[in-house]
Amino acid sequence: MSDLKSQIIAQLNLQDVKPEDIGDDQPLFVEGLGLDSIDALELIVLLQQQYQIKLSNSDEGPNVFRTVRTMAEYIKAHQAQNS
Amino acid sequence: MSSAYYISSSCVISDRVIYRNGLPVFSGEESPLPDLLISAYRHFGYQYLKFFKMDNLGKLGWLAAEILLSGGFDKNRYRPEEVGLVLSNAHASLDTDTRYYETVKDIPSPALFVYTLPNIVIGEISIRHGFKGENAFFVSESFDAGFIEHYVTRLVNNDILQACICGWVDVLGDRYKAALFLVEKEKRENSVTFTAKNLNNLYALQNG
Amino acid sequence: MNEPVFIAGTGVISAIGNNVTECLDALENGRAGIGPMTRLDSVHKNRLPVAEVKLSNEELASRTGLPAIKSRTALLSLAAAQEAIRHSGIEDLAAWRCGFISANSVGGMDKTENFFREFIADNNKGQLHDVVDHECGSVTELVADALGINEHVSTISTACSSSANSIFLGARLIRNNILDVVIAGGTDSLTRFTLNGFNTLMILDEQFCQPFDENRRGLNLGEGAGYVVLVSEKVAATMKHKPEIVLSGYCNANDAYHQTASSPDGTGSYLAMSGALKKSGLQPSDIDYINLHGTGTQNNDIAEGTAIKRLFEPTYPKMSSTKTFTGHTLGASGGIEAVFSVLALQHGVIFPNLRLQTPMKDLPFRVTTELEKGVSLKHVLSNSFGFGGNCSSLIFSKI
Repeated sequence: MSDLKSQIIAQLNLQDVKPEDIGDDQPLFVEGLGLDSIDALELIVLLQQQYQIKLSNSDEGPNVFRTVRTMAEYIKAHQAQNS
Repeated sequence: MSSAYYISSSCVISDRVIYRNGLPVFSGEESPLPDLLISAYRHFGYQYLKFFKMDNLGKLGWLAAEILLSGGFDKNRYRPEEVGLVLSNAHASLDTDTRYYETVKDIPSPALFVYTLPNIVIGEISIRHGFKGENAFFVSESFDAGFIEHYVTRLVNNDILQACICGWVDVLGDRYKAALFLVEKEKRENSVTFTAKNLNNLYALQNG
Repeated sequence: MNEPVFIAGTGVISAIGNNVTECLDALENGRAGIGPMTRLDSVHKNRLPVAEVKLSNEELASRTGLPAIKSRTALLSLAAAQEAIRHSGIEDLAAWRCGFISANSVGGMDKTENFFREFIADNNKGQLHDVVDHECGSVTELVADALGINEHVSTISTACSSSANSIFLGARLIRNNILDVVIAGGTDSLTRFTLNGFNTLMILDEQFCQPFDENRRGLNLGEGAGYVVLVSEKVAATMKHKPEIVLSGYCNANDAYHQTASSPDGTGSYLAMSGALKKSGLQPSDIDYINLHGTGTQNNDIAEGTAIKRLFEPTYPKMSSTKTFTGHTLGASGGIEAVFSVLALQHGVIFPNLRLQTPMKDLPFRVTTELEKGVSLKHVLSNSFGFGGNCSSLIFSKI
């Protein structure tokens, strides 16, 4: 999950944030890390670029991107599917 | 229609130096531009996570506005809709347009696309300070102080705005310049009369 | 200072028609201009419907007299601006202090992206004349030259509210006795650049858009240009047919919420609409019809609707989004919809909001879904909101 955190920081230009600042279960949006709708779209790009996962239905977004843990689980599930 | 208004403060960012009211307040060694702007951001101790996500035009304008409004400006004097922005430049959002275009070959970046409009920098400054008044972005070949003077004077004369941030924010590759001016009705310490001549002098960093 | 500013002429080109008459006919007969992509060469060709102007660059060139190699943004602009001037009946523009204020958001991007495509493939290729008119300002200058206007030429670039802004800026220049005649509006052509961009924002509808529908999915991009000829009282007095429509109110405000998203309560939209009413000296109940910004995105329609509820409750004017016909024409939309608002006043018609199935649950009003004819309209409000929080409202009135 710490790799994923670094990738999120790089993708979203969160320059002053360190991977250890982001809790596994901390909400990423609004009250948590304060991400917004454009960040959500960038996270979709991240999944595509780093994990070749295409999130085609944007309704999935809120659940997948709730926390780093939910994102990691989503990635794992998809990698298992593809291998 | 004579102007009885004042430039309360100015901020010019040009050639790796930041000037406030004509005096240098920061000078950096860094190039390219984003490194320079981030180093200035850190120098002044600003805390605004969104800064890093902005494109170069956004960073340049945001930083210039931050320095322009530091010390002296009290936004509580005005209602949000009484403060507006009138900005201009030569290259619109071309700097980011080309960067965005580079990403299209791979996976287009939504975060970059958002900045492919020049007036997003007005949005960034408005969001930061809660300004909700009239705002406009003009594209012209060079800084037209006469136009800015006329345009802003009318906005204030007609009570559409009570205070206005106006000027020039332009970036294309290595070339950049910001020159922002805070225009208010009341005379304050260090303010100069709001005239095209004074705008041009401050823009060109000439005294007198 | 408060002398009236008259609308002496209108010109428009969009997916539903190449001139005012054709557009009005399509609006009255419920013919949308949205369809499969035919002109634009994009990987999204079979997935995303768009609202293309039906004329090719060559056809536009032969109509306008501009070379066909010029940017489509300029060709569309000149076609609509020439019609507006012709329609105004002003015989000699040179007799007046005349300005051209035009907005666009893509500039000559249509040419630039073709240049890049060839240039990236082979650095010796790519026609350099493709990039010389890239910048938004060059498009305006090119058209102004073709129109023979040089007294005052401005380019505004404030996203999707740009051309509404050029119209009220023009009105101000007349009110301040700087100009007598202003051709004001805007233009934008469809490009892969904007299509890809809006696609990454996930706000494009793969079907025909359904603004103000509970199940709306997003917007369809369109292209076109729209201009009005604004004239002073002095000019109006010399005309054979004295214009009967005036621009009575306008206001611009910033939402100060997010780069692209509108605030949930539509603060910017509310400030723009209420400011325009104040400027015109009208009450909300005086407005007979609102030409909505109504893009069809989740975010815009609820924000705009919430602001309308706050301002107009409990009595609502008729409302519709003509983007259901033309798609969202970005920098041109304010100009095109200004022309449609003037047409509504002139002909006593309210255009339908096409394809509405389920009205939005959170809003207490309904948009008009069938054409209404023979309506007595006096005041029409036109909304244009853009990225960067830039919100504008215009009010056109019959005198």
